[in-house]
Amino acid sequence: MSVEHKPLSASTPARFTSPSWFAWFVILAFVFLFAQGFSSAEISWDRLVKGARNLTTFIGQAIPPDWSNMDVIANAMLETLYMAIVGVALGIILSVPFALLASSNTSPHPIVRAVTRFLIATMRTIPDLIWALIFVVAVGLGPLAGILAIILDTIGFAARFFSERIEEVRPGPANALTASGAGRVSVIMGAILPETLASMSATSLYSVEKAIRSAVTLGLVGAGGIGVELSTAMRLFQFDKALAIILVILVVVIGFEQLSSVIRKRVI
Amino acid sequence: MSSIKISGLNKYYGALHVLRSLDLTIGAGEGVVLLGANGCGKSTLMKCLNGLERPQSGTISIDDKDVTSAKGKQLRSIRRDVGVVFQQFNLVENLSVFQNVLYGAMGQRPGGLLTVWNSLAPNTTREKAMHCLERVRMADKAGYRCRDLSGGQQQRVAIARMLMQNPKVILADEPVASLDPKAGREVMDLLWEVVTEHKMTVFCSLHQLDLAKNYADRIVGMKAGRIVLDTQQVNADNESLAELYQGDTRVDSASNGYGLPGVGTGMQEEPA
Repeated sequence: MSVEHKPLSASTPARFTSPSWFAWFVILAFVFLFAQGFSSAEISWDRLVKGARNLTTFIGQAIPPDWSNMDVIANAMLETLYMAIVGVALGIILSVPFALLASSNTSPHPIVRAVTRFLIATMRTIPDLIWALIFVVAVGLGPLAGILAIILDTIGFAARFFSERIEEVRPGPANALTASGAGRVSVIMGAILPETLASMSATSLYSVEKAIRSAVTLGLVGAGGIGVELSTAMRLFQFDKALAIILVILVVVIGFEQLSSVIRKRVI
Repeated sequence: MSSIKISGLNKYYGALHVLRSLDLTIGAGEGVVLLGANGCGKSTLMKCLNGLERPQSGTISIDDKDVTSAKGKQLRSIRRDVGVVFQQFNLVENLSVFQNVLYGAMGQRPGGLLTVWNSLAPNTTREKAMHCLERVRMADKAGYRCRDLSGGQQQRVAIARMLMQNPKVILADEPVASLDPKAGREVMDLLWEVVTEHKMTVFCSLHQLDLAKNYADRIVGMKAGRIVLDTQQVNADNESLAELYQGDTRVDSASNGYGLPGVGTGMQEEPA
């Protein structure tokens, strides 16, 4: 299937070159999967029209939003913020030892490093909603499950970035202190960690934003916070209440992102 | 009494024979400059001397304590008496000048970092650090962050840190190679003043002939992993010094049996 174009002379490169067989394979596989996926979604005019009509009904019922139980919504939002703050704080504190054990220049042994990296990768690959489901089973419904899920999610994310930064620190200062007879732990704390602080604060700020967004959705599986209210409202078809909740979420999340970018500018 | 004693030292990196049966003895209080071209093994020798690299055979002893076999606590106690000055200064740039000088005492007491962290350090330690900074004429910069200093200033802070450590032996690995000539002279003057005041032994690698002749008591020359020159400074003649930089100086050069692939050959040797 490759198309050969003979170059005019030895010095002129061909106008067209055929992609490698591997590229052809990837392209074909993608086209096949896309076609399969599209047809399995069973998209038809009928469904599209019906969907549009349902959406209009939803919007019609949702407007105007129902602010009558603002106190409940506010409390739930506050619980969400508490979950995010407690979870992300503990997560970032725990990320530091995880990152130190996972970095090639600070890990005590290659096996320890491999095991820690595996643990961090696991925490990162399993989505926060699934962690929340697991912890709801373990500790029951409520914010504790959400906090635990956020802790693991934060470690999976932050420990990886911390560890990448730690591995970039130039070895000279640490060598200098080692050469003066200082112990390993002192050298790591005194010469390596201080060089990573700026980058770590940036990563931590981003973790806070990420934690607030995920704390909002964790409630959908019963792990506390405003998500619980939202899922209840949706299931009872109280779309006007749901819209009020969504608007509150929107305001709080955007507000937090603004605040975080202000802090970022000050710190860095 | 000998301060540094090297005998039969061999060091390989893989197949590359870097240090080739070196023997050298340096007496207490002696100021020895090690000369040699780039790639002749100077830095490797320096790293072996304080145990940052391990040689395959031979012995090194500092103050009659064996470095090559020392491990853990033993090695740390030897290192405590050996101050090192680096080409790249190796200060923790994010921290203050004062904090970096305090770090010089990190290995001196159990407790490590906790006894030298600025907020926790005892008053006597803090005063000593301030004295060290005054000695290198950097006391007015104590609160600066290291990254805001020039190269010459950073090297002076590094010397203050080394003084804080209170060593008997100084190893200096090209201490002025990354400084301009003027700053380099100032740093060499300061280093030698300090060393003479405290009667320390100093082993300093350089690659400027004129500096070597100005400061050294004794000059040792290395070429392609061997010591080929060892003479009192007064007896050193320019011809034999210049010889150090001519011909096969590198340990990895082709005529030493370690040809670099691709060098001096045509493009045809590129793998198909």
